[in-house]
Amino acid sequence: MNFSQSFRLAIKSLLTSKMRALLTMLGIIIGVAAVIIITSLGNGMQNYMNRKFEQMGSNLVQAQVMNDGSSRSVDADDMYQLVDKYPQYLSGVTPYLSVQAVVRQGTDEFSHTSVYGVSETFYNAEKGATMTGSDLAAGRFLSYVDVERVQSVCVVGAYLEQEAFGGDALGKVLTISGSPFTVVGVLDTLADLTEGSSDDTIYVPYTCAERLGAGGQFSIYLFTSTSRDTASAAKGLVENRLFKTFQDTDYYFVMTSAEMMDAMDSMVNLLMAILTLIAAISLLVGGIGIMNIMLVSVTERTREIGVRKSLGAKQKDIRSQFIIEAGTTSAIGGTLGIILGIIMANVITNVIAFVLGTGNDGFVAVPTIGGIAVAFGVSVAIGILFGYLPANKAARLNPIDALRYD
Amino acid sequence: MEHLIELRDVYKIYQMGDEAVHALDGISLTIDRGEFVAIVGSSGSGKSTAMNIIGCLDVPTSGTYHLAGVDVSTMDDDQQAEIRNKMLGFIFQQYNLIPKLNVQENVELPLLYAGVGAEERHQRAIHALERVGLADKQKNLPSQLSGGQQQRVSIARALAGSPSVILADEPTGALDSRTGREVLAFLQKLNAEGDTVVLITHDNSIAVRARRIVRLQDGRIIYDGDAHDPRAVVQPVEFAGDASSEDDGFAALIGEGAADL
Repeated sequence: MNFSQSFRLAIKSLLTSKMRALLTMLGIIIGVAAVIIITSLGNGMQNYMNRKFEQMGSNLVQAQVMNDGSSRSVDADDMYQLVDKYPQYLSGVTPYLSVQAVVRQGTDEFSHTSVYGVSETFYNAEKGATMTGSDLAAGRFLSYVDVERVQSVCVVGAYLEQEAFGGDALGKVLTISGSPFTVVGVLDTLADLTEGSSDDTIYVPYTCAERLGAGGQFSIYLFTSTSRDTASAAKGLVENRLFKTFQDTDYYFVMTSAEMMDAMDSMVNLLMAILTLIAAISLLVGGIGIMNIMLVSVTERTREIGVRKSLGAKQKDIRSQFIIEAGTTSAIGGTLGIILGIIMANVITNVIAFVLGTGNDGFVAVPTIGGIAVAFGVSVAIGILFGYLPANKAARLNPIDALRYD
Repeated sequence: MEHLIELRDVYKIYQMGDEAVHALDGISLTIDRGEFVAIVGSSGSGKSTAMNIIGCLDVPTSGTYHLAGVDVSTMDDDQQAEIRNKMLGFIFQQYNLIPKLNVQENVELPLLYAGVGAEERHQRAIHALERVGLADKQKNLPSQLSGGQQQRVSIARALAGSPSVILADEPTGALDSRTGREVLAFLQKLNAEGDTVVLITHDNSIAVRARRIVRLQDGRIIYDGDAHDPRAVVQPVEFAGDASSEDDGFAALIGEGAADL
């Protein structure tokens, strides 16, 4: 009935005592800002990871096979046969063997560099990218001949090209565990060109990698399914093949990139839920702050309440006036909190971009519309919830006593 | 003819600890449409209690109160609020305007609670302000007006809802004597135009401006009749000169009750 007047009155009371209004709203502002920042970070993290997975390809199927503990084993040829057998589901496979090795170029030692043994199928010529999403910047990728003849050639990441060869690596030589390897190709920048990142990588023929002592506890085979939709069928085929050999599901583990993405997503979601819950405590404190100030306001305006009642205001009129006032206070607090949260999310994005040097391709904390809507809704709801008690106190005042109150 | 206000054998008894204080001790009173009645009494005479009951701010302990033929003596909070809204217009000693609302918004308040639409509310508020000669101040805040002007705004507010009864509780108490006289003259004018006015005061010189005086003492009516009758203004001996200790209230009631023992 008198919503607009109650609303204007609430704005007026807030404007007449700005400091008090700000302190009242502080809890809500901080709470809402915290929720916005956390959901923005979570959203940004998810977007970032999803982009990384997209680069890798959503049709990737990864099989981890234990090398120890069983007398049975599979080798790369078994996997190739599997792909040949089911071309409608599987489009390729490569071993993906991690090598523990020290990389040297001249006197420089690169101890953080990852060395992987792969086959020529790791590079998809049609897509012009490797299975993990790197483009070829110069030279060529490993060939079938390199793998078959165990040639000492390698393809290096952008970081190594810069650091080890000063930007011109083709044809040069580096050593892996003492063995010389000739660089035949250079990959494009994938990450942030730092030590230990995915730009600090060397790919050698897997046959070389086996000689360098790769394998260890388990071997990884990377399959590509014909499309994203056939990924789970492809996973089933790989699992069946491995079970045929091992007769036990304990010795291998097969996962699709979609599943990895989902697993990561749910981990991030859980983390965000916990952090948001903690931030919500601040909203609760903010609500109590609003209740406190509303109780003060009711006492201060006892006479006004008496006058309004003498003029015919019913209990519900008085109650709704104070609830609207509390709701308005928390809604304004919520709005300020949202603005603060968005600004902070931007600042954090820039700080992360600056620290990691990734520029705009990297991590971006984006507030979600849903997060903003929920934060705003919750802050208004808290105002109304915590405004109810003081409003009810005001509504129940006896008009005679209220009129006489000084 | 049906009386506008009809109090029949009304008692208001407050329980103060172990003792019962009779603020109103069996009052019967009728007021008709178009009257101008002053309810007079010193501190603790029960006139404020009488006003609270007539103004539907309180209910009697026993007895009945009919306002325009409706029994309002047993109503609950919200029902009383509705009666106050539709039938009564209050004028208070301290004006009681809401400081954050401008003059027009203050005058519109009773209409707001009556659920009158914005357009009509606005017109009726302007009309009421015109009656008190303050239409040009409609956008001012109460604090920008003099005391006399504020009291006129509160009169306009009382008039805006077109009430059956205008209840004025010490309307000149906070004003200097000249402005007080203006306000009284205005109440007389309203009465002359047909409004029913009930004035509550401790001051005989103000009470005589009414046409009829009802004098209360110890919760009983000791005089009810023409304001120009000399007996109307005779101060009861034991309370002569005690009128300065306004406003009454519970403290005075307790003092009086204690004196009775």
